[in-house]
Amino acid sequence: MPNKSVHTFDVSNVSKIFGQGKNQTVAVDDVTLYVADEEIISIVGGSGCGKSVLAKMMLGLYPQTSGEFLYRGAPITDQRKHWSEVQSVFQDPFSCFNQFFTIRSQLKDAFGILPERLSRGEVEDRVDEALLAVNVTPKDIEGKYPFELSGGQMQRMLLARIFALKPRVLIADEPTSMVDACVRANILDYLMKLKEELKMTIVFITHDIGLAYYVSNRIFIMHEGKMVEMGEPDQIIQDPQSPHTVQLLDDIPDINRQWIKR
Amino acid sequence: MATFEVENLSLHYLTRFGQKIHAVTDVSFTMEKGEILGIAGESGCGKSTLVNGLMGLFIPPLHLTSGDVRVAGESLMNRDPKDIRENVLSQKVSMIPQGAFNALNPTRKVKDIAFDVIHAHDHGEHTKKEIYERLEDRFDLFGMDTQRVLNSYPIELTAGERQRSVIGISTLLNPQMVIADEPTSALDVTTQKIVIRMIFDLLEKGIFNTMIFITHELPLLRHVADRIAIMYAGEFVEVGTTDQIVFDPRHPYTQALMGSVLSTNPEQKNKKPFTIEGAPPSLTQAIPGCRFAERCPKVRPECKVNIQSMRMVGDRQVRCDYAE
Repeated sequence: MPNKSVHTFDVSNVSKIFGQGKNQTVAVDDVTLYVADEEIISIVGGSGCGKSVLAKMMLGLYPQTSGEFLYRGAPITDQRKHWSEVQSVFQDPFSCFNQFFTIRSQLKDAFGILPERLSRGEVEDRVDEALLAVNVTPKDIEGKYPFELSGGQMQRMLLARIFALKPRVLIADEPTSMVDACVRANILDYLMKLKEELKMTIVFITHDIGLAYYVSNRIFIMHEGKMVEMGEPDQIIQDPQSPHTVQLLDDIPDINRQWIKR
Repeated sequence: MATFEVENLSLHYLTRFGQKIHAVTDVSFTMEKGEILGIAGESGCGKSTLVNGLMGLFIPPLHLTSGDVRVAGESLMNRDPKDIRENVLSQKVSMIPQGAFNALNPTRKVKDIAFDVIHAHDHGEHTKKEIYERLEDRFDLFGMDTQRVLNSYPIELTAGERQRSVIGISTLLNPQMVIADEPTSALDVTTQKIVIRMIFDLLEKGIFNTMIFITHELPLLRHVADRIAIMYAGEFVEVGTTDQIVFDPRHPYTQALMGSVLSTNPEQKNKKPFTIEGAPPSLTQAIPGCRFAERCPKVRPECKVNIQSMRMVGDRQVRCDYAE
């Protein structure tokens, strides 16, 4: 058991400012939070609220402007080492794959980030296994390039990459925004299974509070760079305190209540 | 006469190895003026292919297998792409594309992109100034800062403004019929609501009157559409009114789709969303029986042999011999 005060992520008073002087944009404004081991948290907010910037900071892609950002008690210095443990799924799958190589070869290349070397056969087996996990028959993508697949299929390819690499921490930035409800339920199911198996920590970044409610242990609501509310899912859904949370809940098209007048 | 008629439309892709992929099979429906038809289905089921077919825009490798599409009686099939672009698109049928960012030329201002749409169909009847004035009048309806949006490059706008601009540009020439292909799936819930409100607003003002709304999000269709068609592996499997599909689905696939919707209702939190195992069939060869048979929870042995055809169950259409 690690030291109790050391979590997967310890974020204290972190701000991220882009630009300077008149053009400066405060993307993340004085955020403090922690992510415990094996926990699933969701960061929820509308577009432009800074949730993706926070996700990129967790991946070590941006340094913070001020504050302290720790991964397992130490600042993120070596990105490659960091990425062997912390992996991500992004919003737009097309910008994540190289158009000039087949998907299968790119899935195999992903194993280069791992510290241990696997044999060629092992890599092939793990790729097949991962593809089946996301409901894709390996034969279907044999020899295919990214542009030959639909958006939803590409999203599943990104997830297949995660299932193949089996990281300790997963930062999922809108992982299911492009897939339909059935596949989404499938993917969530498998993520939960994987979490159980590998004791994975998951940070969901989403605007879909319904998804957050279903999967997470804690929910954080972000608005214009600030954390405006945090708590257990039931508490957030049943007794929202911040007007921004109320707005987010109100804007979900739920099938059981009036949403918009025509 | 119906505003929009689709008769047994089948479309295929021809690969460079001469293989045919039957992406859309036997789709038929008619739409009356003022109606919104929702089309839902999982990714890769042929929704976007259908959109191209409905506009009569056949750019290889997409080809027409058989069938007909008519707008106010005028057939769009077997016509030259140039003819379609000049005389049909934007004027009679218009499409709102999926990714607003990819639909706008990043090196040009919004007003110039919009100008081209009017200019291309105007045959030099109006001066530049008149066209720009017309643009401004139209963009004033959208509830945005008109001057700033028109004078911006796409990258300078927020996702919501971009999507609203694209909708604005698509409907500049008052088409009767609009086909919206996932217009809100890249937006957050708050912006999504703003965009839907704008679409309703345009409908009310009569800028267009009939719409096909394509999405994979069923809860959204519940609020937008009058009728819903569920698509699976290139076929419509169930067509009915919104209430019928959402609250009383009959086809096993529709039932599975509805069962997988996540709700924020606390009573349903512990209800596990329904998932369907397996993948949709490959469409490169003819499938002997029901296309959903492999994954269907209610499958019977005869399903894998008998081709299912659309039949009426009450006043809705279902493509399943055993649905009650």
